[in-house]
Amino acid sequence: MKRLIFILPLAAFLLIGTYLLIGLGLDPHKLPNMLEGKPGPAFSLPGLEGRDDKGFSNTDLIGSVSLVNVFGSWCVACRVEHPYLMQLKKTNAVPVHGIDWREPDRQAGPTWLQRHGDPYTLIGDDPNSRAAIAFGVTGAPETFVVDKQGIIRYKHIGPITDEVWSGTLKPLIDHLKGEGG
Amino acid sequence: MRILNPLKSILLSLLVVLFMASPALAVDPKEILKDPALEARAREVGRELRCLVCQNQSIDDSDADLARDLRVLVRDRIVAGDSNEDVIAYVVSRYGDFVLLNPPFKLKTYVLWFGPAVFIIFGIFVLVMFYRRSPAPGADGSGKPAALSDAEKQKLARLLDEDQG
Repeated sequence: MKRLIFILPLAAFLLIGTYLLIGLGLDPHKLPNMLEGKPGPAFSLPGLEGRDDKGFSNTDLIGSVSLVNVFGSWCVACRVEHPYLMQLKKTNAVPVHGIDWREPDRQAGPTWLQRHGDPYTLIGDDPNSRAAIAFGVTGAPETFVVDKQGIIRYKHIGPITDEVWSGTLKPLIDHLKGEGG
Repeated sequence: MRILNPLKSILLSLLVVLFMASPALAVDPKEILKDPALEARAREVGRELRCLVCQNQSIDDSDADLARDLRVLVRDRIVAGDSNEDVIAYVVSRYGDFVLLNPPFKLKTYVLWFGPAVFIIFGIFVLVMFYRRSPAPGADGSGKPAALSDAEKQKLARLLDEDQG
């Protein structure tokens, strides 16, 4: 009993210390994906100028496995990711839809895509974050993997790289393509 | 008019300035709702919600673009007839409990809420145990210090001798 008095505080200290140590290694910007396994949020965005699509809404997500990529011309990491998306488009692996988030004006998005290329199948213009908030986006780029029923299956935070694509996204997409429906 | 001495006037003006200071909110005058009651509700909700870009500020305090868009969304929903709880529930459904600056009271957060109380009770327990176990003067119940043993008496005599010698 007398020993317990000395051992218990030490044990409590070690336990708390371990949790705090783990906490140090966590990134507070990596929030849980609240929508995983749930149908994508309802949204309906107008298209970008200079593209002939009518815009982008949640009903466009039903029917095939797709990626929804949140980007913006102001976003440096999106510029880093961009060549990889262009490369993906060439392989026809999966349709990539874009949510053009918080452009300063209607021209910024189209100009950026003209300069760097346009990897997107459909694009919606989201100047006041309505769709971005509905998806729980905190920063760009973020990419959602959506299955044939329009259910969100995965969220990737940050640029898509070769490692992310071949290690995580491609296996998941191949698996989802094999699912019925 | 009586003239204050310089020190007094400086102190007085400092005091006046201090009372004039109000917390700097990032809420843009353009965002503010016309109905003061609805705006007050929007402020209540805004204080509860974390800005997800800067993370340790509420959306009312933050200049981040996403915080601004969240403030506008909160106002639009309140105008559309949502209750404060509905608005908060919507934002939580998108971003998780982390978006709340006050952690909710539920199974996952019991440690957070009960932890401090548990530690205080444990501390009191340890203190009580510690004092009850240490032999106090008069442990035999007489109230006087325990009598010296023979060996102790001899040792004491020797020390006293040395001192005098």
